[in-house]
Amino acid sequence: MIRAAGLEKRYGSRRVLRGIDFELPRDGFLLVTGSNGSGKTTLLRVIAGLAAPTRGKVQVDVHRGRVGFLAHEPLVYRALTALENLDLFGRLYRVPERRERIGMLLERFGLWEVRSERVEDYSRGMSQRLALCRALLHDPELLILDEPYASLDEHGAGLLDRELDELAGARTLVVSTHDPARIELLATQRLVLA
Amino acid sequence: MTYLADVAALTRKDLRVELRAQDTLPAMLLFVLSTLVVFHFALPEGTGEDAAYGLLWVAIVFTALLGLARAWVPEQEHGVFDGLVLAPCDRSAIWVGKTVATLAFLLAAQVVALPAFALFFAPLDAVALVGVLLADIGICAVGSLMAAMAAAGRARELLLPLLLLPLSIPLIVGGVGSAISTEPERYLLLLALYDGIFAVLSWASFEYVVTES
Repeated sequence: MIRAAGLEKRYGSRRVLRGIDFELPRDGFLLVTGSNGSGKTTLLRVIAGLAAPTRGKVQVDVHRGRVGFLAHEPLVYRALTALENLDLFGRLYRVPERRERIGMLLERFGLWEVRSERVEDYSRGMSQRLALCRALLHDPELLILDEPYASLDEHGAGLLDRELDELAGARTLVVSTHDPARIELLATQRLVLA
Repeated sequence: MTYLADVAALTRKDLRVELRAQDTLPAMLLFVLSTLVVFHFALPEGTGEDAAYGLLWVAIVFTALLGLARAWVPEQEHGVFDGLVLAPCDRSAIWVGKTVATLAFLLAAQVVALPAFALFFAPLDAVALVGVLLADIGICAVGSLMAAMAAAGRARELLLPLLLLPLSIPLIVGGVGSAISTEPERYLLLLALYDGIFAVLSWASFEYVVTES
């Protein structure tokens, strides 16, 4: 599913990634850990196709429309409501039975009651839960999550635990985190960036 | 049809965001009206209509620049640009949607600005109005691409005018020419050609502007 060989990424003279090699089979779960500035976010952006490697190559056997990506930022419009944001991305991702899928995700992540409020009025935790809805909206084959537990309270983290538990083994997952203990039992592979 | 549906969804989103936030259009309206008032008092008596038409184009270009400088701000907030780039739609649809929305804001500003110009200076005939419309399309087509390029850089407020103003010169020549020339059709043709060529170039190159290769 994902093959990285000799992956290197530089920003100017600063080398962020060096000599990354790994192979993740379909339905595998790669846990990416490392200290601040070790290149976790950069690696995930390269896998998602949002950044190009400076050297080496990464091959991802999934069309970009089948990739779900959760970034540090929620990737939703602040002036729009949760429903409007998900409807827009649902259209662009050609989600079948869009309304039902949106309703189900908003219910599952506890946002149904605030579905018609603008995102700018959401707390950080609510924005993160909406970002998870957006990443899962098109039922992606490959799900890339960058620090998914950031900003989530215990209830939100529990919802994410349940979601990852369901997805592990059924979808290919790449997750970076500072709190590996929470999900390391689900992971099939681990990559530690120095 | 899917492409047009994507463009419609993206344009609708831009119009909705602006209706909610009201960040761009009120500023464009205020700017163009106050510029025309300043020109009205700055232009000496008996200068003639030709100079006034030139000043109209100064006001139009800088009003468009104001709108374009904010065009990609909603996408920069919360990193939405990445979300759009990852979507499986044709990436040029993002540019078309933004161009149509920016054109709508510019036309809305001109609905107020052009009658004000006629009141202060001189009326615009139908040919001059066609010139304005063609130039608007060109400014928004090229400007949306340049604004996306500038948004990716560090000093977007500085970069956008540097990129866009030189490319706007043919539009100003065409716009002023269509208003004052005895052969306005030549200038309308220039504007139409500019629109066609630069719209195709912008449409084709947008993907390379928003992705790393």
